[in-house]
Amino acid sequence: MTAMQIIFLITAIVSLFAAFRVVTTPNMVHAALWLIVTLFGVAILYALLSASFLAVAQVVVYIGAIAILMMFVVMLTRREMRDRGPQTGRQWPWAALISLLTFGGLAWMLEAVGLPNAPAGAVPESSIADLGRALVSPNGFVIPFEVASVLLLAALIGAVYIAWTRRNA
Amino acid sequence: MGILSQPVGVIAAWLRGLFLGWGLSEGLTTVLLYLIGALVVATVAQVWVIFLIWFERKIIGRFQSRLGPNRVGPYGLLQPFADVIKIITKEVIIPDGADRPVYLLGPIIMDAGVLAIWAVLPLIPMMGMDLNVAALYTIAVGAFATLGILMSGWASNNKFALVSAFRTVAQMVSYEVPTVLSLLIPVLLAGTMSLEGIVKAQHVWFVVLAPLAFLIYLVSSIAEIGRTPFDLLEAESEIVAGFHIEYSGMVFAIFYVGDFLHAYTIGVLSAVLFLGGWRGPGAEAFPLLGFVYLWIKAFAVYFVVVWARGTLPRVRIDQMMNFSWKFLTPLALILLVVAVVVDQFVGGWGVWGRALGHLAANVVVGWLTLLYLNHYDKVRASRRRMVAQPGQYPVARPPVVETSTEAAS
Repeated sequence: MTAMQIIFLITAIVSLFAAFRVVTTPNMVHAALWLIVTLFGVAILYALLSASFLAVAQVVVYIGAIAILMMFVVMLTRREMRDRGPQTGRQWPWAALISLLTFGGLAWMLEAVGLPNAPAGAVPESSIADLGRALVSPNGFVIPFEVASVLLLAALIGAVYIAWTRRNA
Repeated sequence: MGILSQPVGVIAAWLRGLFLGWGLSEGLTTVLLYLIGALVVATVAQVWVIFLIWFERKIIGRFQSRLGPNRVGPYGLLQPFADVIKIITKEVIIPDGADRPVYLLGPIIMDAGVLAIWAVLPLIPMMGMDLNVAALYTIAVGAFATLGILMSGWASNNKFALVSAFRTVAQMVSYEVPTVLSLLIPVLLAGTMSLEGIVKAQHVWFVVLAPLAFLIYLVSSIAEIGRTPFDLLEAESEIVAGFHIEYSGMVFAIFYVGDFLHAYTIGVLSAVLFLGGWRGPGAEAFPLLGFVYLWIKAFAVYFVVVWARGTLPRVRIDQMMNFSWKFLTPLALILLVVAVVVDQFVGGWGVWGRALGHLAANVVVGWLTLLYLNHYDKVRASRRRMVAQPGQYPVARPPVVETSTEAAS
């Protein structure tokens, strides 16, 4: 077993355990903190795959934003910060069924498609430059990229409009 | 290769040979070398803080017409060591109702976030991880420092600490935007996100090509680490000591170390991004000389940070938010667009032609900004009623609400 595999196993186990704790812990802030552990584990997996840009973007976008999420959790939960009620709702059998079906479907699909068995090629030096060019080239992903930008802009304007206090109201 | 030209490379090769000689596998040796490197960098950086504390106390003392530490050792140099011994012997108090694991993890994550930046700093040529996304990485791991503050603010179970945590998040989110935007300009000029590549591209220091971006980067970095004049997260007069109000002993010391180290790291990063990093006469041949150059540049920036701390009063929270969202962010956006457009024209003018072209564009943008600010100030002043009385300063009065005398009587 190589050192890389050991790191992968440790990361995977920690991420899965943290993901499990996210949904089982009664304390909402702890749930947010466990979520950070999970997302950081995913970032480490990206880094192990030599996708350094993706790993860093994962940390910037998710862990940077989790802080905001935590703030909302602190502000919106009761003063105890601890939900004493039951952890499951009435629809839990349905939720369990749907998650089992989703897992089964994904497992079946991965089994049917088959994982690639070829050895990984060398990571190109200028992978970020290629990614950037692909995002703005007409032959690449310029349309989805622009649509996503417009969507985000619309969300931004909408947020400003909702938060706007009119002077003469 | 000699020990003078590639000190780190020589030591790493020697250790690698040693481990392989013990019969360890190739992969394990690499992991061990990385671990040793991380340990050395982290330890050296944190021990270096002991000197930084002396330096800052001395400088702040001079700014306040005091002598600063001068009793223990020559020039008070051993004072921080005495402080370290004192703080180690203090009791670590965990308050009742505190969330114990989160409370203890907070300072560690804060310090680790700062130390993680050191992994990619090109301290000398051929040293440090030459990550091809290093510029973005410094922003990403900086978020951990904020996360640590947030965690300890919440876990202390103290309302002042919680208010401090709220302020931290507001400050971080606001000032991360101008930091990233101004960071993009050296990345754009160098054509790479690797810090080593950015240093190599600076035939002319980027502070000449983008002086305004340098200022924005410095100001918003100071705000992100929460130093005076942006130290609202530990404003003594409002929220006692903020997030570290409940901490004591060594656990508090970790915060202290993290704070000083973050300030110095900002100095090193500014030097790498804008002041040419290790570049200087003879640095290519003797990397240790490059280390000295970088250290001097970082100290110059660090001195400015301390200077601001010793000189400026604390700003109000609304002033701070307005400053980021209504001034720094739009200016950084404009500068980014200007840098892109100007580089299309002057990119082929040679090293100095390009630098002068960018400098001219920056001067024009800076001049227009000043004109706009002047205009804005006049418009705001005309909205207020200025009542001037002999021998007194003009007093700003709120606009008088028109009331009819009939209604009053």
